[in-house]
Amino acid sequence: MGNIFASRTGIIIVGGAIGIMATLLQYLGNPPNMGICVACFERDIAGALGLHRAAIVQYIRPEIIGFVLGAFIISLFVGEHRPRGGSSPLIRFFLGIFAMVGALVFLGCPWRTLLRIAGGDLNAVVGLVGLAMGIFGGVLFLKNGYSLGRSQPQKPWSGYVFPAFMLGLFLLLLFGVTFSEGGPIFFSASGPGSMHAPLWISVAAGLIVGVIAQRSRFCTMGAFRDVMLIRDFHLISGVAALLAAAFAMNIMLGQFKLGFEGQPVAHTDHLWNFMGMSLAGLAFVLGGGCPGRQLFLSGEGDLDAGIFALGMIFGAAFSHNFAMASSPKGAAAFGPAGVVIGLVFCLVLGFVMREKSTA
Amino acid sequence: MKEGINMATKKIDARGLACPQPVVLASRAIREGVDALEVIVDNEVSKENLLRLAKKYNMRADVKEENQDIVIQIAK
Repeated sequence: MGNIFASRTGIIIVGGAIGIMATLLQYLGNPPNMGICVACFERDIAGALGLHRAAIVQYIRPEIIGFVLGAFIISLFVGEHRPRGGSSPLIRFFLGIFAMVGALVFLGCPWRTLLRIAGGDLNAVVGLVGLAMGIFGGVLFLKNGYSLGRSQPQKPWSGYVFPAFMLGLFLLLLFGVTFSEGGPIFFSASGPGSMHAPLWISVAAGLIVGVIAQRSRFCTMGAFRDVMLIRDFHLISGVAALLAAAFAMNIMLGQFKLGFEGQPVAHTDHLWNFMGMSLAGLAFVLGGGCPGRQLFLSGEGDLDAGIFALGMIFGAAFSHNFAMASSPKGAAAFGPAGVVIGLVFCLVLGFVMREKSTA
Repeated sequence: MKEGINMATKKIDARGLACPQPVVLASRAIREGVDALEVIVDNEVSKENLLRLAKKYNMRADVKEENQDIVIQIAK
């Protein structure tokens, strides 16, 4: 069939490669247990653009740019770049917002959940159970006919907009433009936002992940969903490989520390770790992909996935501006309220967005 | 698996639907006892997923490309 990455071996290689690259990125300067975190990195981008003013989490993360551009280039190359869109874009925007609200209450996307576990952070096990719970809820909706409707083919040029946006971000990063005195682009002087691997290494890692993830259709949410929905263990074997590879690398690089307390960029509020990831998991299922997958899809021309990703960036700004994003001290004042509102939104969607008979 | 009667080929138009919906529709049809079905999709991911589904149920699968569409025929 010409696509070796679509095989079982392929997805395992891809998961393993992501685990190795993520832990190496940590070793080379990215924040601890955050070699690659799509939610955190989109949050940093929102901060760099001045959409929120949390001074410690502002940086234009080149990994995110690489993900989109890697997927974009390879999809053009193999003829899978297919601009499409129009499947409930506004709904997807809000799903992206609430997915981010949930992820930032926990402090991580599904990728970082795995990386945190691989680094010995037991709080992330609670988050993972929450994620699985949220995905399970979404699967029940899928079984009952949940659908955001069909997408339509779009004009060829529309597929270039999101990659061009990423290219623009890259130029801003490269030239470190300042738009006004004391204004954006902001780069953190301390905190997680100030920690990063050398730029070109991050770009290269991002591009490689973008390429192999596009070919393999790697998706963390999809992994759990497929097991629950159709007893398909294809994607989850890639997730297991990511976890195993990152764990082995952390042991070798001395980055492993087991426990609940004192974990980097994490808190021990179990209830909200669980609830935050439940919301995120549910929103990912309803939106059709984990944050990483949404970026790869955006790269290959899926305009709806692009809207979801933009929703996540906006959601990060809301989360920090309205005191919903957690800190290492625990859940923030309005985090729980944000999660509850998000859950209500997702549950209503699950019940009302149904296709009658698609056959 | 053979509780259903052997109906004519069931056709499912899954164009424009994102994964996993094409697979959900196909597997529902298979579980309802449909022996032969034809699923039209418009992307490689759905094709790969449907081929994996067919393999799981030990069914034959043929792929035809028609213009932009991919037609996958699955049968016992």
